[in-house]
Parts: sequence; structure tokens; C-alpha cells
Amino acid sequence: MLQFMLLFSRQGKLRLQKWYVAHPDKQKKKITRELLAILLARKPKMCSFLEWKDLKIVYKRYASLYFCCAIDQNDNELLTLEIIHRYVELLDKYFGSVCELDIIFNFEKAYFILDELLLGGEIQETSKKNVLKAIAAQDLLQEDDAVEIALKELGLV
Amino acid sequence: MLGYDISWAAFNIIEVMSSTKFTFKRTGYLAASQSFHNETEVLMLTTNMIRKDLNSQNIYDAGAAMTGLSCFVTPDLARDLANDVMTLLSSTKPYLRKKAVLLMYKIFLCFPDALRPAFARLKDKLEDLDPGVQSAAVNVICELARKNPKNYLSLAPVFFKLMTSSTNNWMLIKIIKLFGALTPLEPRLGKKLIEPLTNLIHSTSAMSLLYECINTVIAVLISISSGMPNHSASIQLCVQKLRILIEDSDQNLKYLGLLAMSKILKTHPKSVQAHKDLVLQCLDDKDESIRLRALDLLYGMVSKKNLMEIVKKLMLHMDKAEGTNYRDELLSKIIDICSQNNYQYITNFEWYVSILVEITRIEGTKHGALIASQMLDVAIRVPAIRSFAVSQMAVLLDNAHMLVGNTQRNSIYEVLYAAAWICGEFAEMLSDPRGTLEAMLKPKVTVLPPHIQGVYVQNIVKLYSRVVAQLEAEDNKEEAEALGELLVEKLPMFVQNANLEVQDRACGALQLIKQLIKLQSKGEVIGEELQALFSGELNPVAPKAQKKVPVPEGLDLDQWINEPPSESSSEEEVRGDIFVKSDHRMIQQNDVHKMPELTEEELEKRRKARKQEQANNPHYLKATTPSGKSGLISSDKYLQVTGNTSKSRKTKKTRKRSKKGKSVESESDEDSIRSVHVVTITEGEMPEGAKSSDDDEDERNSNDPHKALNIDLEELPLNNEDNVQSHPVSPLSTNAPGKVNLKDEKKKKRRGEKEHKEKTREKKDKSREKHKKKKQKEEDTDLVSSQLIEEKSKEEPVTNGLSPESADKNEQTEKQKNAENTKGQLDDIEFWLSPNDSSQRPNSELGAKVSSSPVPPSDLNLDSVKVKQEKEEKMSSKPEKTKKKKKEKERKSKKEKKKVREHHDSLLQEDSPKDKAEYEEAPGIATPSKEPGSSLAQTPMTPSMPPASKYRLLAEDKNMKLIYETRVLPNSSNQIVVSIIFTNQCGYHVKELEFNILDTLNTRLARGTDGNNQNSVKVPFQLPPGTTNEGQFAFDVDKVVMPQMLRGTFTYMIVTDGGSTHEKLDFKLHLPVSAYFIGSMYKRDTFTELLSSGDLSAKNTLILERVDYEFSHMLSKICFHCHFTVVEQVALSASLYSRSIQGDHVCLLAKQVNSKLTIDGKSTNSQLLSSILDEVKILLNPTENVSPCE
Repeated sequence: MLQFMLLFSRQGKLRLQKWYVAHPDKQKKKITRELLAILLARKPKMCSFLEWKDLKIVYKRYASLYFCCAIDQNDNELLTLEIIHRYVELLDKYFGSVCELDIIFNFEKAYFILDELLLGGEIQETSKKNVLKAIAAQDLLQEDDAVEIALKELGLV
Repeated sequence: MLGYDISWAAFNIIEVMSSTKFTFKRTGYLAASQSFHNETEVLMLTTNMIRKDLNSQNIYDAGAAMTGLSCFVTPDLARDLANDVMTLLSSTKPYLRKKAVLLMYKIFLCFPDALRPAFARLKDKLEDLDPGVQSAAVNVICELARKNPKNYLSLAPVFFKLMTSSTNNWMLIKIIKLFGALTPLEPRLGKKLIEPLTNLIHSTSAMSLLYECINTVIAVLISISSGMPNHSASIQLCVQKLRILIEDSDQNLKYLGLLAMSKILKTHPKSVQAHKDLVLQCLDDKDESIRLRALDLLYGMVSKKNLMEIVKKLMLHMDKAEGTNYRDELLSKIIDICSQNNYQYITNFEWYVSILVEITRIEGTKHGALIASQMLDVAIRVPAIRSFAVSQMAVLLDNAHMLVGNTQRNSIYEVLYAAAWICGEFAEMLSDPRGTLEAMLKPKVTVLPPHIQGVYVQNIVKLYSRVVAQLEAEDNKEEAEALGELLVEKLPMFVQNANLEVQDRACGALQLIKQLIKLQSKGEVIGEELQALFSGELNPVAPKAQKKVPVPEGLDLDQWINEPPSESSSEEEVRGDIFVKSDHRMIQQNDVHKMPELTEEELEKRRKARKQEQANNPHYLKATTPSGKSGLISSDKYLQVTGNTSKSRKTKKTRKRSKKGKSVESESDEDSIRSVHVVTITEGEMPEGAKSSDDDEDERNSNDPHKALNIDLEELPLNNEDNVQSHPVSPLSTNAPGKVNLKDEKKKKRRGEKEHKEKTREKKDKSREKHKKKKQKEEDTDLVSSQLIEEKSKEEPVTNGLSPESADKNEQTEKQKNAENTKGQLDDIEFWLSPNDSSQRPNSELGAKVSSSPVPPSDLNLDSVKVKQEKEEKMSSKPEKTKKKKKEKERKSKKEKKKVREHHDSLLQEDSPKDKAEYEEAPGIATPSKEPGSSLAQTPMTPSMPPASKYRLLAEDKNMKLIYETRVLPNSSNQIVVSIIFTNQCGYHVKELEFNILDTLNTRLARGTDGNNQNSVKVPFQLPPGTTNEGQFAFDVDKVVMPQMLRGTFTYMIVTDGGSTHEKLDFKLHLPVSAYFIGSMYKRDTFTELLSSGDLSAKNTLILERVDYEFSHMLSKICFHCHFTVVEQVALSASLYSRSIQGDHVCLLAKQVNSKLTIDGKSTNSQLLSSILDEVKILLNPTENVSPCE
């Protein structure tokens, strides 16, 4: 099971965090800080896994963004790497060649996509198509809402 | 969010969540999932809102709610919402199902009670049509099972099937991981797994799957260890594949390859050692973590032969290595590798010492103390090496200034501690003691840390005494005095040390030497006496020696020194009654008393083991004679104890040691000391009763949610059905519709008249049900509805438990059910795991059960049996299972003859869906009563058959004619029914019909309860002139593999006008093998499955040269008379199937070429097969056209 997932930039700015195990904020911050320090110090040629406390950290760098997951001792690292990659692919498909700015400005979309991919730390849907379909349907709902609100404001409804 | 604290907005978030607009709701849930945690108080307010959203029409509302809930679920929320989420498990939308499945896991963690009722549904989801849902269910169960594997062992067959059929790698990985967790519990599972796993390893291109397979194979091989003959092949395969991984340019694969390799290393070091070159290569890798992994591997790969080579390589690396961390790691690894297992692999200690000295040149290590302790250890325990060690240490001391260099983050100076001590202690071996002494007096020494200076001072005096004695022996008094002067001059630098101990020692030494100089000036010889100060040698003391001090006789350490205050003990007793917890205390007390006994036993065992090990270990290290200074522990005592044994081995050892030039005497002493000391391995310390297997669980943090999930799921179905059937909220509060089957009825009868009325209503319901059934019997839905009935009826005992007693009873029943159930399931998995004896086992087992319980089992048992059956049915679709079920049911119905009328109806309802033909036959057959059956409509077995009578003539005279037919009971393994039609052919009234059979060993007439074997059975009707009636007689049979011929008599009384006469009629009743055959099967798959399963071991062939019948006619004949079913017919060949009531399968392949007919038979029972083939032969062979029954 995934314990948490972090996205942060080369500069150490946290861009996205998803915790599948509840921690108080303080501890979240502490973990994040520690991991950032460790991971940013690693050289690009190094392998993507490291053991950290009683967890295993799987991370991968895409352009300037680090994707980092913490998994249990007996989880499969490669599978986790696969999940990260799947997520990046999804972001890429959704935003159209995703960049860090996309995630900064549309962080909620990034979260929604992640929520469709993973639930409670387990992979929920392995089909990219299905995830995107679900997201699109929900976006559509939102748009309907938006239209309705706009009409209301104009006094048309 | 975004790193800012938004806990103040918690309430606003909830407001947004409760908005009807999806936009807001979605955002609200996202905010909640990001910021809420267990302690968020406002969560309490959300319960109803979340419930509303879960049940929303819009699937995305529910989706958002579930996503959010998965992040902030609390025990309260979990408890309140578990049922709503459970309802979503059976939603029609896969989108919701899969989310619900995953969410259930989170709920289980918070609210373990939910697991039991939800488990069955979860299990169903394993076979969900939507792959997403399926894989979600696999994920969840895998997660659950990894924490508490033993409860999920029964699911292994399902997963096995999934594993072999699925192509979804995501899921496969999880399943394989799950198996990895299960195999340690069930080695047979491992054997079954090896093959598909190796296939996967061969075939898959996905690295993640490959890696998982290898991991599991390793786990499997560890768990079955030596049980597999060809496991070396699998290991070889794994190692090969891992090599490919390691050779890959991808760092990740390399890392994982090494990681997995180290797992193999633990059990199969040989196979890994072959790849030493590869591992050494990895040491050059750029990535530190990979190098560290490689180092780990090296640790296990060394042997006597390659140790030097490997260490040399490592030393080279150390020179090159950048980064102190890695260098430190390397250093400690070198020492670990060399010293592992009591220096097992070191053949030349001089080499090792020089390595240690070499290591000291490494700058900036923090392992100085480690090196020092190694030096001390080796010098003390390997006497042969001492002179060499001493010379090396002297060199070190001479070059102390090099080591002292920069003391920050450098602990290498620690070796000086060792060097000083060794030089002082073994001063007689120094080639230039004086030079060393001077080296130790260099002013730079004061820079060293105080504890080293202390050792310096002490050893300076030792050296001094040695040198003085030497000089005096040479009669060189001047020199000796000069040396004293030197010391007096130099020692004050220690006296000024800030550290008290150094000061103390230095002062003492200084005064001593001053005193000595005085004595010397008087011309006295002091050397001898001075040396006496330091005589004697220090021996290594085993870590546990202190504990091994034997308790003097008469001293009982467990005895109270004072009588314990009486109050407390009485208090304890009182508590014992009140609190459960005090049990714990009692146990502890008991343990205390047990302890001495246990440890002694254990000790003895260990001692032996240890001796054995020593005897085989040529590298066993020695020290020299113990004496004065070791007085702290009474080592002499141990010497005496073990002296005898050690002497016997002495000679052997001596030979070896003497090569290295060691003294014989010292060996034996050391030997005995070691053997006493080393015997004491830690376990004595462990609390009693703490077995290693328990540890994992015990040590598990009590906060660990998984611990609570350790629920015995075998018990599930019962409670589950209770729960599922009713509204899930409260399993006990439902009132089920009044449909019962027999066991409830029986139970109710026992409970008294109270429910009488209800019962009658129920009976009505039942019969209505029956009618309905008949109408729709051809529909598949039957199966479902009948199951429903069964489930409902199961629920009854709970819901009807009005009085407290009955509730109690229910509880008991439940328990018993559970027990039985568990057993059933175990049986089942056993069955799955051992395919070879599959078809035989359940039967024999059952047979044993039946015969061993002549007394009708109470209905409690019946209940449980039923549950078991149901369970089995769910678990596997194999025909044996269902048959077993039927048998059981038949047994049940037999035992309740009184109520048979009422009961068999409901039984039929259960049976009917499975087979139409059986169902139609059932009404008459299932009644093994002697009452006259009403005339029955007979349906031919095979649809193609013309309606024909199977009745054969049994006996006939001028008055009476008897014809008979055999029928199998669909759910009995040891009974058949012979239905006899009595026809009155005369013009008179016939009465007092009596029927008797001479029982054989194998076949007995069921005579009812009074059980006298000789009594004839009265036929309970009279026959007016010209009438016909039918009577049915049940026969108990043991074996069904041979045809039977029974002799019998039939007596009756003819009432003529002039009185009555008794008549007697003898007959022979032929029971062919086919009489025991049930010519039906469930699916065509079963047939092919059966043939491919290899269970049908018996083969036989029947060849008929000339058959006059048409092929189809012949088939019909076989089907009709021998109770077979045509599974498939292609042109002039056909496959036929039938099975005996005892579950033996018979498959026939009939082929006709011209007029020649070949029938190939396969069966699980060879005798049965030959009997049936004989029967077919007689049936078809026109030349011998003798009806088998006459």
C-alpha cells in the first residue's frame, strides 16, 4: 500500500501531497522536509529506491519535478514506479504535455486525477482511458454547474 | 493546503462539501481529504452528509464522497458508514463498485468488525466482471492477507485460478505477492505454485512481474526447503534471471536484482556464489546504494578460499572510495566479513592482523573502536598470533603520531588503546621492549583521549617491569636504574592530566617506581617481584558466563526469602475471580516455577550442540590457562565439569594446533571454558512460553490496525448470511419471512408448542413454494432462489430465538457450526492441494463418519453439516462435492424418517435446480418409506429414449406377480431403493404381504428401527382382487463396485371363501452395478475436466465383434439400462458419463466401426469399471441375450 505521494520541484518546493495514512500536520511537514533533503541530494544516476525508516521510498524525476512515493517493506518497487509513470502519463494526456506550471495552477485537477487512479493507497483503475473518461464526465458536470450559476447571476433562470 | 494551515476552515469545508453543486462538492471533498485527519472534530458532523452522498443518484457524487472518505475515515465514520459502503459493493456501476471495494479496506482498518459481514461480498468481487473491480478486490484481499495470512488460506484455490487465467499484470503481481504470504503456512501450496510461477518467469516481459515471481519463488523455496526434488532448477532459474537484472544498465533493476539475490543467499549460498564476479563488479557502480547492496551480498559469499581475494578487492576499493560514509561502511563490512561466525573463514591470522593494521591507515573513519576490539580479540584468543600481533602493535605505537593526526571525526586513535594493551600484556614477546616503552612516553601521547592515556600508564609499568627484569637478568643494573629515572621524569605528564583516572594511575605508578629506584639503589633485585604484580593472564569471558554460575546446592532462588504478605495473595485470588487480566499474573507465577527445569534441559541440549559444532570446527579459538585474575567467575568449576569431555577431543585438536605451534595445555583449558560458556545462548533470558512464532504478532504494536483484523474468516458465511440477508445495519433485528427447511423445523419442534401455528403456516408456504418450483424448474433462477431459501432458513434460528434459552442454544449451534465449517473448509483446501487422491478421499472420509455414528446425529450436527455442504458448494464446482452434500442430506433425511413427508419437499427444492432428471424422479425416490407410494410418473433418463419400463420381473406365481425396479437416491451414498409393484392376479383378496431378503455382507434390507436382521418386512397394504400397488424398500449398501444377487422370500395370505392360505414365493433380486449409477452430470466442462485431471486411473476396454443394433439404439440402451448420459456424440462415436452413488466416475468412449463396437472405459475405480463393462457386454451381446436380472 502506498503511504503517501509527494510531488516537488528541483528547488524543493512541494507541489502536491497525498497522504493515505493520516498524520498530524506537524509530522507531515517533518517527513516531507527529511525526504526532500535526502532525495534532492541524490545524483541522477542513482537508482530510484531507497530504504527510509521502515518504508521504502520510490521516486522518479520527470523534468524538474520529483514524484516520490512511500511504500511498505514488502511492496513491489517496480510496480510503484509503474504507478508513478502511469500518473505522469495521465497528467500528460489531460493537460497535453504537462509542465510544472500546469500542476501549480490546476492543482485540484491533478488531485482529481490522482484520486481516480489511486484510492486509499491502492491502485484503483489501471486503464488510462477509464480514468480520463471519469475525469471528463466530472468536468462536464462542473461546467454544467458553472453555466447554471452564470445564468442565475444574469437572472435568466 | 499549499503548505498553509487551514484547520480553522474545517467547518467551512464541510459547508462546501454539503453543497448540491458538484463543483463545490468535489472541491469540498478534496479540501477535506487534504486537511482532515483523525482528530478533526468536525468530522462527526459529516456522517449523514456522507451517507447521503454515498447514496446519491449521481455516481460522481458518491465517487467523490468515497475518495474523500478514504482519506479521513475514522473509527466512528467507519462504523456508521460501513453498511452504506457495503451496499455500494453490489452497485451496478463498476465505477462505484471498485471504489467501494478499496474503501472497504480503509474501513476494515478503522472498524475491524466490518470485515466479517463484508467478506463474502468481497470474495464475490474476485469474480466480478469488471476487471477494475476484480483487481481492486484482489488488492484489498492481498493487503488483508499479507497481514494475517492464515485466515485467507482457504481462498488459495480462487486465487490460483485467477493467477493462471488472468493476464492483468497489475493484478498478477498482487496475487503472486499474496501467495508469497500464504506459502509459509502451507508448504503444499508452494509445490503447486512452483510450476506456474516458473512458467511466468519464463514468459513474462514485464520486469515488475518477473521480480515479484522471483521473490515469491524464493519465499516458496524457503518455506518448502528441501521438500522439492527439483528445486535447484528453480533456484538456478531465479539466479539466472537475477543476473540478467543485475547486468541491466538500469540502476533500478540492478538494485532490485542484488536485493533479491541476497534473499536467495540466505538459503542457497552456493548458487549465488557462482556470481561473485558480477557482485564484485557492482562494487564499482556509481550508485552508492547499489554498492552497499553488493557489499551485503559479499558478506554471505565469502568462503575460506576466496576470503583473502575478496578482502583484497575491498581494500582496493576503500582506497578509491570517495565519501566517508561509504568508506566506513566498507570498513565495517570487511571486519564483519572476516570475523563472521567466529572467524570461520580465516585461515591465516597473521594476514588478518596485517589487514587490521593496514586499515588503520584509512583516514577519518569512525570505526576505530571496532578495529581496536578486533585486535584485542584476535590477540587474546589466538595465542599463536600473539608474537606477530605484538610486533605489529609496537610498530603502531612507534607511529602513533600518524594516527593522532586530526582527532575530529576520526576515531582511529582507538587502536592505540589496543596496541598499548597488547604490547604491555605480552611484553615478553616484544623484540625491543625498551624502544616501545620510549615510544609510549613521547610527549605527543598527552593529546590522546584520557581512557587511552590510562591504558598507557598501566602498560608502561608493565613494560617497565619486563625490561627491568630483563636487564637485571643480564646484570645490567645501571641501565635498569636509568630506565627508572626516565620514567620518573616522564610520568608527571600523566599526573597532570585532567582526567582523574589517568592522574590516579600515574601517581600510583610514579610512587611505585620511585620506591623501586630506592630499592634498586640499595642494590636489591626487584625484577622478579615486580613482575609478580602483573603475572597471570586474562582470559576471555563468554558473554553469558555470569549467568552460568551454578546455583549452590540447597539454595532455591525462587523461594520466598520472607513469606509473602498473606494479604496480597488473597487479594490476588479474589481478583482472579473478578478480572480476566489476573490470569496473566497467574501464568507468570507458574512460569517462575517451571523455569529452572526448562533451562536445564535446554542447557544440556545446547551444550551438546555446541560441542558437536566445536568438534567440527577446526578454527575454534583458544586462550591460555586461566588463573588468579579470572577469579571473578569461578571458571575452575567449569573446567572440572567439562574436563572429561574436552580431553577426549584434545588429541585431535592438538594435532591441528601444534602445526601452528600452540601449547597443548592451554588448549584443553580454553576448550573447556569455551564449551561451558558458549553453551549459554541467549534464550534462557526469554520469558517462558514466548515462542518465536508468536513473536511477530505479539510484538506488533497494539496500535497496529492490522492486528484487529486478524479475524477468523472461516466463520464468516454464517454471520454473513445473517447480515446480508437482513438489512445490514443490525444483523439480529430482522424478521425473516417464514420459510423453513427441515432443520429449523426440527429445532422448533424441540422448542415446543409455542411456534406450532407458525409452523403450519410455513408448511403451507412451503408447499406453495414447491409448486412454484415445479413450474419454473427449467430456469436457471432456481438455483438462486433455492439458495435464498436456504439462507433465509439459516437466519431463522436467530430471528426466532425468542426466549433466552433458545438464544443460548443458537449461540451454541453457531459455535458448533463454525467449528464444523472450518473443518469443512480445511477439508476443502486439503482437497484442492492434493489432487491425486481427490475423488476417493471425501468418500472414504464420509463413509467413516457414517459408520462411526450409528446413532442419529442431533440436529445440531445436521445444521453444521448443511453449512459445510453449502460452503463446499461455493468453494468448488467439482461434482464430488455436491455429491457429498447430497449424501449428507440423504443421511439426514433417513434419520428423520418420521418427518420425511414434510421434509423432503424442501430438500427437493434445493436439489431440483441442479438436475432436471433427478428432480423429476425425486418425489418418489426420496421417500425410503414402506408406505405405499402413489403411482408415479416415470420419466426416462435420457430425452431420446422412448418411454419404456425398466421394471423387471422379480417373481410370479398364479396369484401374485412382482416386478421391480432399482432407483438411486440422489443424495445418498449408501442406499438404493428397490421399488416393487405387487400385482394381484387372482380373484381373491390378498393380505399380510411380507417381504424378506437374506442379507449379504454388502447389502442389507433396511428394516426400520427394530433392527432384527431376520425379520421380514410387512408390506403395509392389502390387495383386493386384480389390483396393483407399489412398495418401496431401501437397501443399505457398503460397496457399489460389484453386481449383487440377493435371495429373498415373499409370503402372503390369500383370503378365499373357504378360509385363508399362506403362500410363499422365492426370488432372486439382481442388483447390477448400474443400479448404483446416477447418470447425470452438471456441465460439459466437468467431463473434460475430469478426463484431463488424471483422476481416472482405471482403464478398461470392451470390444464387441458384432453388434446388431444401430449405434444410436445401442447408446439409448446403455443410457437406459446402465444409467449413463451421453456427453457428446459425433457420428459413430460417443462419450458417455455416469457416476456411482459413492462418487466414482465412469467415462466411456464408444466407437463403432462397421459392426465392431469398441468401448473404452475410464474410471476412478477399476473394479467398478470392469463390472459395468461386463454389464454392458451382456446388455449388448445378442448371443448371450440373457437379461442380467433374471
